[in-house]
Amino acid sequence: MSSALPFHRRKGFRLAMRYLIACILVVIFVFPVYWLFIISFKTPDEIFAYPPVWYPNSIQFANYLVLFKDGDAATVWNSLVLATISTFFAMILGTIAAYSLVRFKTGGENLAVWIISQRMMPPVAIVFPVFLLYVWLGWVDTYIGLIVLYTAFALPYVIWMMRGYIEDIPLELEESALVDGCTRWEVLRKVVFPMARSGLFATAVFTFVFSWNDFLFALVLTRTEVTTYTVQVTHYFGGQSNFWAKIAAMSVLGTIPVFITVAIMQRYLVRGISMGAVKG
Amino acid sequence: MSAAAINPDRNFKYWIIAPAVFLMLAVGLFPLIYSLIVSFMRIDMMDTDTSFAGLYNYKNLFQDLRLWQSLLHTLIITAIALPLELLLGLAMAYLFLEKMPGRQIFISLLVLPTIISPIVAGATWRLLFDNQYGPINQILAWFAGERVNALWTISPRLVYPAIIFCEIWQWTPFMFLILLAALSNVDKSQTEAAEIDGAPFWRVFRYIVLPSIWPVMSIAILIRGLDLFRIFDIIWALTMGGPGTMTETISIYTYTQGFKQFETSYTAAMAFLVIVILTVVIVWAIRRMGLAK
Repeated sequence: MSSALPFHRRKGFRLAMRYLIACILVVIFVFPVYWLFIISFKTPDEIFAYPPVWYPNSIQFANYLVLFKDGDAATVWNSLVLATISTFFAMILGTIAAYSLVRFKTGGENLAVWIISQRMMPPVAIVFPVFLLYVWLGWVDTYIGLIVLYTAFALPYVIWMMRGYIEDIPLELEESALVDGCTRWEVLRKVVFPMARSGLFATAVFTFVFSWNDFLFALVLTRTEVTTYTVQVTHYFGGQSNFWAKIAAMSVLGTIPVFITVAIMQRYLVRGISMGAVKG
Repeated sequence: MSAAAINPDRNFKYWIIAPAVFLMLAVGLFPLIYSLIVSFMRIDMMDTDTSFAGLYNYKNLFQDLRLWQSLLHTLIITAIALPLELLLGLAMAYLFLEKMPGRQIFISLLVLPTIISPIVAGATWRLLFDNQYGPINQILAWFAGERVNALWTISPRLVYPAIIFCEIWQWTPFMFLILLAALSNVDKSQTEAAEIDGAPFWRVFRYIVLPSIWPVMSIAILIRGLDLFRIFDIIWALTMGGPGTMTETISIYTYTQGFKQFETSYTAAMAFLVIVILTVVIVWAIRRMGLAK
């Protein structure tokens, strides 16, 4: 783009400035994450030191061991179970629904508008009636209650995203499969799902992260049995006497699975983000 | 047996969409109807009067100063955070638009805040903002040359900056990623031709770049705007709506009424009103932006 500028010196200066700004930005945006991580490795003396200790002298895992000994770490397992199962169901139900919307125009534009509008509902308006329903069903503080809610809440997003990916599948592939004697279900299983694979992965990661990050639903609908890690973190809040070490260690435990998932899936995500935004 | 048994293809399109629609109706339509019914009763912690109470709760809504204040707080946060996220995200997208070695690593690092749970983001900033042991006051002290004791999450003058900082930190990278993808798709031959003709940057942006990225940008604004309208987690972690009710947003207030005060009918009326207003806004926006096409 800057080929119109003939001076190499100027180009080099520009690049240096870009690096400088980029580095400052990285420091600003990454420092809070760094701070969270090092607090989890600090001793109480280091946490409550003035002036603050910018890096711990030794890495020690006592803060984590406490979480495992008290059983608090099990809340991360709860989050993992809830997010994984609800993502699985949302992906299957959402993808076949998206297929129906794309290939058969089921329900026309009105149904599509309604589905997208569901994505944007504020959870707080929904959670109150759902809570009363769950009390009646006996679903409060159960896996099934939250899995159903997370699945339902993720569906609009999955349908919205998968529509774009399914539109990209050549119709001829499906037609030839039908001619070869496949049933409609077999076309879904053997053509649509494999062809939309990268889209499925990208969408699944975001769906997983949405369920994983949920706080409000879990706050209202769990008590002790299926408490998620996000709710557990807030249990350590308390006026001025914060359990800093526990907040930090719990947060890190809950953050690492997402970091790993995103790192592994990165090559699918870039396309997922841009496409989801471009295609709407 | 139905037609489906004879001709399995005919109802196929309904079979595959039915489970998703059913689930969405269960959590979308049921709360709406339920809220509507309960909002005409007078159920609260003391009383379970299920007789028809008319517009009693709705009348109270309009006289509830705390509700309108919480709405105002929500709008203040949205009106400040959203433009800042957009401008910062756009500036960052321009910074990384041209190729540079290590670009992908920078982008990966910058996106970290967005994939952290909002409640953890709030908790992290709570630790950062601590008046005694937090690093922010320490950094400020370097510039001030004396010890700084700013009570970020308690002082009425500082709570809004604290919330907005945290919000911007977490969601600017989201804007950045989407706008970077949008900018990369802008036709380079057009912008280059305009630059060679000597058009100033902002004119190129206004007449070539902006029309091209607007479809994506408007969706990003819509998504973030609605997310900000229902902001809950970050405020819960940072201030819990305090001091007093100073940072109480519409979500925090609804939660408090329903689960702390147990004002069942009143909360239902509030939930119903929020759902109806938002549905109108959202459906208008979706149709206007052609998202369903």
